[in-house]
Amino acid sequence: MNPGISKPSSVTRRQFLRDGARAAGLAGLGGLLGLVAERSTAKGTVWQIDPQKCVRCGNCALYCVLEQSAVKCVHAYALCGYCQLCTGYFEPDPNDLNTGAENCLCPTSAIKRTYIEDPYYEYTIDEQLCIGCAKCVEGCHRFGNGSLFLQVRHDRCLNCNECAIAKVCAGDAFRRVPADQPYLLKTDTF
Amino acid sequence: MALLWLLSAVASLAEQRFPPPDFEGGHQLPVTTTPPARALTLDYLDVGVLGLSLGLAIWLVYRRRSRKGLIVLSIFSLLYFGFWRHGCVCAIGSLQNVALALGDRSYALPLAVLAFFVLPLAVAIFAGRIFCAGVCPHGALQDLVLLKPLKVPPGLEAALSVLPFLYLGAGVLFAATGSAFIICEYDPFVPVFRLSGRALMVLSGAALLGLSIFVGRPYCRFLCPYGALLKLAAAVAKWRVRVTPDNCTQCRLCEASCPFGAMREPQARPGTQTHARDRRRLGWLLLLLPLLLAGGGWLGYRFSAPASRLHPTVSLADLLIRAQGSPPKIGALTPDDLALERARQAPQEILAAAAAIQRRFAIGGWIFGAWVGLVFGVKLISVSVHRPRTDYEPDSGDCFACARCFEYCPNELVRRGVIPATTLTAAAPEISGPPGLDRS
Repeated sequence: MNPGISKPSSVTRRQFLRDGARAAGLAGLGGLLGLVAERSTAKGTVWQIDPQKCVRCGNCALYCVLEQSAVKCVHAYALCGYCQLCTGYFEPDPNDLNTGAENCLCPTSAIKRTYIEDPYYEYTIDEQLCIGCAKCVEGCHRFGNGSLFLQVRHDRCLNCNECAIAKVCAGDAFRRVPADQPYLLKTDTF
Repeated sequence: MALLWLLSAVASLAEQRFPPPDFEGGHQLPVTTTPPARALTLDYLDVGVLGLSLGLAIWLVYRRRSRKGLIVLSIFSLLYFGFWRHGCVCAIGSLQNVALALGDRSYALPLAVLAFFVLPLAVAIFAGRIFCAGVCPHGALQDLVLLKPLKVPPGLEAALSVLPFLYLGAGVLFAATGSAFIICEYDPFVPVFRLSGRALMVLSGAALLGLSIFVGRPYCRFLCPYGALLKLAAAVAKWRVRVTPDNCTQCRLCEASCPFGAMREPQARPGTQTHARDRRRLGWLLLLLPLLLAGGGWLGYRFSAPASRLHPTVSLADLLIRAQGSPPKIGALTPDDLALERARQAPQEILAAAAAIQRRFAIGGWIFGAWVGLVFGVKLISVSVHRPRTDYEPDSGDCFACARCFEYCPNELVRRGVIPATTLTAAAPEISGPPGLDRS
């Protein structure tokens, strides 16, 4: 074998193999693209809590990758009874029906209680303070109308690839929803 | 307490415990606010920035051959994809979304994420690991802190370089079965970008960042699963990074220029004796390959059951079986108790779902194990195959196209007009690297 002849031919062979591999790679990538594209959505998705499935376990406050969870309590005012003795606001068996911290369920006093007219009070959530611990949600669900519930707030949520709370959600309540309809609000009680 | 709970369960069947009030004063109900999700156009802006950065990086590497330009681009990518976008969406994680879309028909893959998966790979098939060069925020972060590169021993380098392929296999297995996105969960640099995170990941991110000062891009070389894909694509790339702009004079100045161990020395054709020995060894290794595949597959299958516990449904089913016979807990319930309560509402459903997931894990375990066997087999074969090489050139699969080696080549310095062309022929041995460059 003359090395002078064999050398260029081996280079050509390698070139040929490389071109073939590149074509195969492109075809594979194209095939994958075709396969996946039919299952894809142009809209994009975000995480949300289904309030009907939420079991108010408290994990939302603990597992979010953000220092202060992106899950907050929201209030469906139309469902609220505006009770004076709000079981989402007050501890069970409160000493007194006033805004003293010892009477309140919320650990960060994120719920503001406003007098409207006798005997109605309005409860609003201060999202700066709310940590999504679901204590008020549990109280409202158990003894009240269930007008307080948890939602992922999308002005805060980083929309992680895999939601760290969804992974540990006791009620399996997290799911991906279309980004143009990012909330699952309560319109019915319970 | 239990009685109250029972009462509330009964009451929940009723319409509404406390009817909404009729305000005499005409109080208007506030509206529940719904801050919108990040606008979709911004997602497509990310894709646009990715595309532009890739194009710019190709131009900088192949046309301008400019390390400085790449540094600027790296800083931009680090700020935009890293600190501004918090490292999400990223190409590394997107491979899991694609795997999940393949494994789960009900999962709708966002197009922007698909673009993040496909674009860098498509570029790599033609132009090598351009994405790593200056677009990936993970790569940029490690590249920018590399101050005192040390050489990793070749044996250790070869052994560690199989890790990305194994991590890739594991990432795909867990994503395709819908259990976990481990590549995102154990990403060491996202806590750096977000400036917060779990203690374990903050610590490992800091450790890896510290290591990156001395070892060039440890995550990219020894862990990054997307890098493994890019490596495969770049191995057959059409355009390759070359140290010299025209021809190699074998001056050896670039020999130690690569901090990532990608520089390959010229290699002579092996003598007949070594050639025969290598051939025999290659023959044995080729025979060993099916054995490795089968053995790996079987091992993967054996470990698929414990691995499947990473899926929340499987772990819940496990909890359900273990708690069989014990009475429901009363009093304050932990999240696990609540999950168990949920499982007890529909035990058959949970068990059936878990069994289905475990069947998929069994198949996935075979595939993953065979993949591990294949990776080891191919690695063994690749270290026993010698390719004759005439010039100093970076290995196209390992090269991150960082453009560091260009400045070491005297021909490149002539091209840039730093030194006159005549010096090369007149005093070739005396030529040293440009001032300020450490060649150790």
